[in-house]
Amino acid sequence: MMNIFLSTTAIVLSLCLSAGLIRIYLGPSTEDRMMAVQLMGTMGVALLLVLATQMNLPSGIDLALVLALLATVSVVGLTRRTTSMVQHDD
Amino acid sequence: MMINILAAFFIFFGLVFFIIGSIGLLRLPDLYSRLHALTKIDNLGLGLLLIGLVLFSADLIIAIKLFLVWFLVLASSAISSHLIAQRARRKERGIWKI
Amino acid sequence: MENLAWYILDAMLIIALIGLAWLTLTNHNLRQAIIFFIAFGLLLALVWFRLAAPDVALAEAAIGAGLSGALFLTSLSQQKQTNKKDDPLKTTSTKFFDSFQNQFLNLLFVILALVFSAAFVFALMEADPDRLSPTVLMNLEQTGVSNPVTGVLLDFRAYDTMLELAVLLSAALGIMALGPVKTHYYPSGDMLSSLSQWLVPILILFSGYILWAGAHSPGGAFQAGALLAAAGVVLNLTGDRQVKLPNYWLLRGLTIGGIAGFLIIGLLLMLSGRAFLDFPSQWSGTLILFIESFATLSISIILLIAFQSGEPQEWEHESKKLALKNTAGKTKIKGKTLC
Repeated sequence: MMNIFLSTTAIVLSLCLSAGLIRIYLGPSTEDRMMAVQLMGTMGVALLLVLATQMNLPSGIDLALVLALLATVSVVGLTRRTTSMVQHDD
Repeated sequence: MMINILAAFFIFFGLVFFIIGSIGLLRLPDLYSRLHALTKIDNLGLGLLLIGLVLFSADLIIAIKLFLVWFLVLASSAISSHLIAQRARRKERGIWKI
Repeated sequence: MENLAWYILDAMLIIALIGLAWLTLTNHNLRQAIIFFIAFGLLLALVWFRLAAPDVALAEAAIGAGLSGALFLTSLSQQKQTNKKDDPLKTTSTKFFDSFQNQFLNLLFVILALVFSAAFVFALMEADPDRLSPTVLMNLEQTGVSNPVTGVLLDFRAYDTMLELAVLLSAALGIMALGPVKTHYYPSGDMLSSLSQWLVPILILFSGYILWAGAHSPGGAFQAGALLAAAGVVLNLTGDRQVKLPNYWLLRGLTIGGIAGFLIIGLLLMLSGRAFLDFPSQWSGTLILFIESFATLSISIILLIAFQSGEPQEWEHESKKLALKNTAGKTKIKGKTLC
């Protein structure tokens, strides 16, 4: 019974993920698309933990930690300016 | 059995917050308000979801790891959203006025 | 009922993956294409985990999502910009992008990809039902580790891992030939400084944990090396001038340490009468951990050299000083490191 509930949770979370993807496609500025990386981080962590509980693989929690940390590293990398870069209008 | 029902309760409310956050992400008019929806609501949904998963798994090490994941996501998404908003201000993206 | 739920989940993940891949390839703005690529990498890590391959998922999350995005961004920021019209952020020209030849080539590649995928699926269905994994699982206790992926990578197929480290080293040499490091970042404000104060130690600690856990649960040297490189990338991005790689000799030693570990252990085993990388069963776990530690450090330094995309300042400065010392004659220059 709990398995079906967790499966439904996984499906709903992937629907929310697709909603985020629609926003990536539509977003008029680059920062809207940078939010996609953070969105994938948080939603990916949630989906991953539900899948890890359902498939009974505890290594999914390590993977969720790595995903959360690296989504942050990616956002930091995307928003830093270099001293030699000309400012572009994206 | 009782623990499973309580866990399902928490997971359900976590899902409700995730759905609200996604609707907000799609329909809010401005970049800055979408950032609010993304970080605040999604992190709260993640926390409730994780409480449900902790109650379901009933293992101490897994509970500690899950709370560590939640704290890390909370702290890092707070600062990531600031960084994105600062970049948006640098490029002078428009603020939506009513 | 449960199978139906899995099918729906798989269908949504596939649609999301293909949609993201399409958006990455057809975007005119390269910076946005890189952002899509990072999101694609994160989603692909999820898909790997759904297929019950957590080691590959860890490697994809660490290298494909975090580090590849950072590497793409540095190479993007190094393009020379002459004037605003030839903006390298946009692709070559819209005319070519929408031209008939380009569309025809796109269609051709999609058809080729479909044909190859169909051929692979057909080959897998007609394959010999005796695969290698039962053999590996039967002989796993000879390797001294209980994670079959680590056992295969570092004991049964140790040659492949050694040659991969050699490939990484030659890639680092090629990148260093590009010249000294040119990109510098603005010093960070309060936000990023406070983030890096706790993010970098947690990344380093987690990389050590993944290295240790590679023996009994998913993990290993490559994932740990990529996490350590991500810590170095965050430090680099804060723009602090005080943050440097270790000094000349230590840097050299650590870069060749991965493949040197393999070679030294192999030669010692040959001297004691066994074949080149034939680990004895009771020492196997220890030797694997030893080799993996050096491999982690050298992978992380090579990835950092790739991120800085040039010769690190420590190298260039020290080699100039050594050249100066050799040709200076009487004047003695004490080799002080500048950290």
